[in-house]
Amino acid sequence: MSIGASVPRDRARRLLLGRGNYVDDIALPRMLHLALVRSPYAHANVGTIDIADALALPGVVAIFTAEDLEDAVSSWRAEHKLFPAMAAPKQFALARDVVRWQGEAVAAVLGNSRAEAEDGAELVSVAWNELPAVTDANQALAPDAPILHDDMDNNLAFQTQVTAGDVETAFNEADHVEQETFRFHRHSGVSLEPRGIIAEFEPSESRLTVHQSHQTPHQQQDLYARLLALPEHKVRVICPDVGGAFGLKHHLMADELVACAAARLLERPVKYIADRLESFLADVHCRDHEITARMAFSATGEILGIQLDDLFNAGAYGQYPRSSIAEGNQISRLTGAPYRHQHYRADVRMAFLNKSILGHIRSVGHPIACAVAERLVDLGAETLGLDPIEVRRKNYLNGDDFPRTSAGGVEFEQLSFNGCLDKALEIVDMTEFRREQAELRAQGIYRGIGVATFVELTAIGPEYYGEGGQHISAQETCLLRLEASGTVRCYTGTTDQGQGIDTGIQQVVADELGVALADIEIISGDSALCPMGGGSWGSRGAALGGEAALRAAATLKQNILNIAASQLQKDPGDLNIDQGVVIDGASGAAHMAVPEIARIGHFQPYSIPDGVSADLTVTERYASRGRMFLAGNGLQTAIVEVDVDSGLVTPLRHVVVHDCGRILNPLLVQEQVRGGVIQGIGAALYEELCYDEDGHLLTGSFADYLVPMAGEMPDIEVAHIETPAKTSELGAKGAGEAGTAGAVGAILNAVNDAIMPFNTSIAETPITPPRLLQALRRI
Amino acid sequence: MTTRTRRLALTVNGEAVSREVPVRQNLVDFLRHDLGFTGSHVGCEQGACGACTVVLDDETVRGCLVLAVQADGCDVRTIEGSGDLLGDLRQSFHELNALQCGFCTPGMMLSAEELLQANPTPSRQEIRDYLSGNFCRCTGYQAIVDAVAAVAAKRQGGAAS
Repeated sequence: MSIGASVPRDRARRLLLGRGNYVDDIALPRMLHLALVRSPYAHANVGTIDIADALALPGVVAIFTAEDLEDAVSSWRAEHKLFPAMAAPKQFALARDVVRWQGEAVAAVLGNSRAEAEDGAELVSVAWNELPAVTDANQALAPDAPILHDDMDNNLAFQTQVTAGDVETAFNEADHVEQETFRFHRHSGVSLEPRGIIAEFEPSESRLTVHQSHQTPHQQQDLYARLLALPEHKVRVICPDVGGAFGLKHHLMADELVACAAARLLERPVKYIADRLESFLADVHCRDHEITARMAFSATGEILGIQLDDLFNAGAYGQYPRSSIAEGNQISRLTGAPYRHQHYRADVRMAFLNKSILGHIRSVGHPIACAVAERLVDLGAETLGLDPIEVRRKNYLNGDDFPRTSAGGVEFEQLSFNGCLDKALEIVDMTEFRREQAELRAQGIYRGIGVATFVELTAIGPEYYGEGGQHISAQETCLLRLEASGTVRCYTGTTDQGQGIDTGIQQVVADELGVALADIEIISGDSALCPMGGGSWGSRGAALGGEAALRAAATLKQNILNIAASQLQKDPGDLNIDQGVVIDGASGAAHMAVPEIARIGHFQPYSIPDGVSADLTVTERYASRGRMFLAGNGLQTAIVEVDVDSGLVTPLRHVVVHDCGRILNPLLVQEQVRGGVIQGIGAALYEELCYDEDGHLLTGSFADYLVPMAGEMPDIEVAHIETPAKTSELGAKGAGEAGTAGAVGAILNAVNDAIMPFNTSIAETPITPPRLLQALRRI
Repeated sequence: MTTRTRRLALTVNGEAVSREVPVRQNLVDFLRHDLGFTGSHVGCEQGACGACTVVLDDETVRGCLVLAVQADGCDVRTIEGSGDLLGDLRQSFHELNALQCGFCTPGMMLSAEELLQANPTPSRQEIRDYLSGNFCRCTGYQAIVDAVAAVAAKRQGGAAS
């Protein structure tokens, strides 16, 4: 069996030799380089833009402002028809009249080199008229707040409520109610390779060819075709090697659209690579939520109800094409999802304010939903004098509870909360930890343990964006082509950004078809070659792309057997394929090698009787039905040490028990989960996009925006339980969110456990030394 | 504004190279865009991420913090010129999946090799500390540490850990 084997990736060999092919590695003849003139203010009127000095500079070829692009690029609005009341202000590729965040671009300078383009950008003179900036969601919704968008009466982009049961009664009748106000600060995906694009326009054919570091080539093809008014079949988006994505690279970005428009206007290739400062300023960001939440308990620790208010912001506009509501939406649906409570209410408000746009970064909403509920469980258990582990066990949805629609409205097929907890407790000896913790506390060493249970929403169903009106494919198609030599090309609509889905799909095809892995080549990331698909985001690759590949391989196998049967005068049902050879299904005796059948199929088709299904290029598709998400689950345990004098938190040990259904490749899944945990630890302890009160970014470099490095990180133990998805034959669920989903909650609980002797608590991430010292009342 | 240039002569991956370069150009841009050695990557241009790590006269440097003209007369080695030297590291990284997107990998391996030359028997924490100038956003760092530790053990004649 290939599925389930720890197979290393083919693509990695090339990357290890330094022979990767990332966008910035590509150079085209007469290629120009784009540098953008960005607003130094968070909010300002844009007056006259004087480009004369810049244009006179040797090496500067052209300069565009919003006016120049007016006929070349359409504006857009981030609407979502499932949320029709959501405000969706118009956004332009280059800002006109008003800039609404520091870093929003107003002019594009094209030069013979990036350095020359930047020289030009520095000489572009803009008559800015600074306006008051709104930098906090509470401030944005205050009655006297400056309003960002002219066509709105205030800055409230959207509000919604999710409700189940009778929350008021549940809270009134509760023996105990726990309440906490949480603050999860703004950060981002921070892929090591920044955003990048090369756009090339062939005017004689109206053909736009784009190389872009991106997760969704077909979505970009559609967007570029519509926004640039080009026929879609003349737009080709190629995603070569992608240097990390994490959701950052599945949005439309105005900067990249400017590059496309410039390439078209100048009829020369245009390259744009964001530098690190631009990345921090103008990438989509995530989180930035303030949440007040309550959990109602019985005296014995039964969770009776959960109620929360989430106030967050979209940044300056809604993110296109998906909109910015998803993070609030996920929080409103997922908080406390592992538990059996029936009474639930979540109110969500989303404001506009003067910061970069909030998008969908890895594990959208999950870490917050998890941290909020799991912290409240710990707090409740502490007040009630109960063991927090037992409180969880008492409330987990369990065996007979499934299938179930959660209080937040998410469908669960079958989840394994108790199984994950049992396994975690086999790995971590809680009794021993508590003994050691007490011993160390006596020596002034403060260690804590935190547990966080999470639900992981993966493989989004077609209904969410289909009903929303977005052109986002939520089905997957696989095309398989048996070459005349008997090797196989596999074209998939999913994309590989390093997570290794190419290899997972290769394993699925190898298994189903009965041929060697080495005889299968995966082609992905090309909107012209690959079947229309959604790309890779939201942990959809294995569950959707894998299932489509399984179906295509089954069809190709059948056709190979049909041809073999016609040659052998046998019933195809009596044949099978094993290790590239057609065999007798019963005895296993070898009949014909697959290459021989390929040769006959392609070169001697006259020897195959009419009516025999003998296509050697096949496509099959898979779309889920009747569910928004495919839910997985898991549990994380973190052990940390807190230095109560410096406020530094050191993660010492981290354990993940995860259930993502059937695992295609444990080697790849394990390190993907670990990478997710590291991102979650980053959010919990280090990563924050800080702005001053005028909306100026204070963290524009890696010296200010801290990311986790190897030295601070613990080894992470990962174990799995496999509860296969029942709605697909493959049984795979997504795996990419899990690590990030649970790590913030586990670290938050662990830190609070560590500082419990000081009768204080913290509910704000990242837990930086100043915040922790304040909580400890040391500063 | 005129861009001042200067002629630069150096050895890159064993070959003599002579080029006229802008004095403000950094080494990694020169290697990538003038010579086509695109295996060294640019992640921050601030000396923080380590993606541009190259070897300059036997020591790893940040290719973004060295001007190309500073490498005049020097011997520069990039991932492309490190074939056999990194053979066992490459195999170990591959087998243990110590890379995902691969953008940090060339710099990570050059740093790891420098560590193993200086300290053939590093502890896990020593490996972690030495590689803490190389940012990886994809992995949990653990597979990287495993891969380096396995090579260290093999080079010592022991079994892979």
